[in-house]
Amino acid sequence: MLSFEKPEARLGDFALVADFTLPAGARLAVIGPSGSGKSTLLGMVAGFVPLRSGRITWQGQDLAGVAPGARPVSILFQDQNLFPHLSVAQNVGLGLRADLRLSQDQNAAVAEALSQVGLRDMATRRPAQLSGGQQSRVALARVALRAQPILLLDEAFAALGPALKAEMLALLGRIADRNGATVLMVTHDPDDARLFAPETVVVMDGVAHPPEPTGPLLDHPPEGLRAYLG
Amino acid sequence: MAERLRTIARSPGTWVGAGLILLVLGTLAVVAAYAGGLSALGPWDWAALRFTIWQAALSATLSAVLAVPVARALARRRFAGRGLLITLLGAPFILPVIVAIMGLVAVFGRNGLVNDTLALLGVDRVSIFGWQGVILAHVFFNLPLAVRMILHGWQAIPAERFRLAQSLGFSAADMGRHLERPMLREVLPGAWLAVFLVCLTSFAVALTLGGGPSATTIELAIYQAFRFDFDMGKAATLGLIQVGLCLLALGLSTRVTVPAGFGAGLDRDIALPAPPGWRRGADVLVIALAAAFLLTPLAHVILQGLPNIVGLPDAVWTAAARSVVMALISAALALGIALMLALAVASGQRWVEAAGMLPIVASPLVLGTGLFLMLRGVASAQQMALPVTVAINAVMALPFALRILIPAARALRADYGRLADSLGMDGLARLRLLTLPRLARPLGFAGGLSAALAMGDLGVITLFADSRNPTLPLLLYQLMNSYRLDDAAACAVVLMAISFALFWAFDKGGRLHAQL
Repeated sequence: MLSFEKPEARLGDFALVADFTLPAGARLAVIGPSGSGKSTLLGMVAGFVPLRSGRITWQGQDLAGVAPGARPVSILFQDQNLFPHLSVAQNVGLGLRADLRLSQDQNAAVAEALSQVGLRDMATRRPAQLSGGQQSRVALARVALRAQPILLLDEAFAALGPALKAEMLALLGRIADRNGATVLMVTHDPDDARLFAPETVVVMDGVAHPPEPTGPLLDHPPEGLRAYLG
Repeated sequence: MAERLRTIARSPGTWVGAGLILLVLGTLAVVAAYAGGLSALGPWDWAALRFTIWQAALSATLSAVLAVPVARALARRRFAGRGLLITLLGAPFILPVIVAIMGLVAVFGRNGLVNDTLALLGVDRVSIFGWQGVILAHVFFNLPLAVRMILHGWQAIPAERFRLAQSLGFSAADMGRHLERPMLREVLPGAWLAVFLVCLTSFAVALTLGGGPSATTIELAIYQAFRFDFDMGKAATLGLIQVGLCLLALGLSTRVTVPAGFGAGLDRDIALPAPPGWRRGADVLVIALAAAFLLTPLAHVILQGLPNIVGLPDAVWTAAARSVVMALISAALALGIALMLALAVASGQRWVEAAGMLPIVASPLVLGTGLFLMLRGVASAQQMALPVTVAINAVMALPFALRILIPAARALRADYGRLADSLGMDGLARLRLLTLPRLARPLGFAGGLSAALAMGDLGVITLFADSRNPTLPLLLYQLMNSYRLDDAAACAVVLMAISFALFWAFDKGGRLHAQL
């Protein structure tokens, strides 16, 4: 269970508060106008945004004071998910050991993760030699390998075309299923939300609202959201 | 708050920054304490203060004013060797001061080219020793710096602006009024101030060309107080005045932006309108004069020195080896410290940046004197000379290294900080897998600058000048003083070659290891 117990973040005169609980294995889309604090919500869970008050707990345990790398969290950003100076295999291997001193078994696990995303032959390439879709798959291979119970996606596939994006969401769904992971996915595309997330969190006016079923919410959006969706 | 304190305490950059403040202010305090307080200034010291400000202002003004036509000519003319000339304009920054002085004396000295020409014309010979020599040397070193800054300003004017002006039928004078003069108003104060600051702390130039009541800078006065009078109270008082003066100038510089003078770039090829006619001739003349002024002294040293390198005494090669080792240790120290500080600054600790820039206002001679007094019970002056010089050269290189590293460290953190954090990369793993490979280029550049500056330094080492283990610049200075000019020229060529080679090797190494 991922519980938001009124955690409050404050950056200058911007504030965000949330109060709801997500069961393990839930898949949620996070939508809202730009600047409303969608990324801030994810940053609070990942440990990048300090809390002024309240707390966030995972399985009853307070995450305060836990370093980002030690949280039960994997996060994908819109870009810069890969280190350009490291090979594909090294980028994936970082998910197992941050100092890349991998055992034989771990190297085998990296190769296995790469073949699962169809990039077995690309292990020694640099990210710049891959297409955008392939780069996303490398990042997903690392997410699969880390097998963290919470997955955060901050518009991770926003730069991909519709077909590629659907492919990545399907891949992401399989990885999340295997680990029983809770997924929070920030998106500005309502179709992504319908495709991937049964429930949606709306972030607006400094509040991350409790999740609602995605379909009805998008069919009959509340006023502020309607203006944003157009 | 407690958490914040914990992170601060964990960051090595914080400790190093605090240590740096302690070193700069502590040495000053030690010197003052030894003297039993500050002593009053005599008329000589006031003269030194007046001269320091006056010569820095005049040097800065001459450098900035002369740089304008040179920069304009370089901005709007294209010719073979232009790129090379602009690269060479960056060279005085790492050229050992004593080498340049050697060349300036050869060209502008009593029996130099210029005075010979004057004599032919029936004009009295002019001595290079005295205030005029100090100013000449300062303009030699800082004119190129100013030209690069102003050239940068010229190239920062969008080409569209010039095209628009041309389509509106602007004359050269209109162009000046509407495009160029506003740019100069923005760039010139910064360039002037940068040169002013450099000249304010000038030591080697004043030591070799100045002296006497009419041409002694504060740094030189500190040297004399320590070396000839052993008057620590006066050294400390002068050191405080030096710090105050620099702080004042730095305070001014926060009000104007100081443009970047060194670094890559400056070869962007945009064709600015190049007016024909007499302006063309004037530009050619300006470039030729500037090139001659900057290159003749060096060419003179090289021509005189090259044939004599073979006959150099062994002592020169021993000193060269000693200096190289010292420069490498200095550069390694400076790089290590600068990297820790830059990473701390990038992680949001702004005060560390101020600590790292502190050496700009410190007097290396006061630092040296302070360390000498602190270590007096532990080691003899002989034993101290080289380690203290190495340490102080590393500290003095920090501001330059930091200016290069801080933007790179900030960019690294902005681009990959969160990704590395989320993967739990920290400590040595982060250094090895992320920081070093991504920062190799700026590290190489900063290391090259630090090594070359340390190699050519003729500062703190002069405090211990009776040392039997001279550095190469000190040996060169001693050769010049004993009028062994052929050996001195050969020694200067060796010193110059090593300084440039060190810079080149570091810079190249950084580029080779950069994994982008």
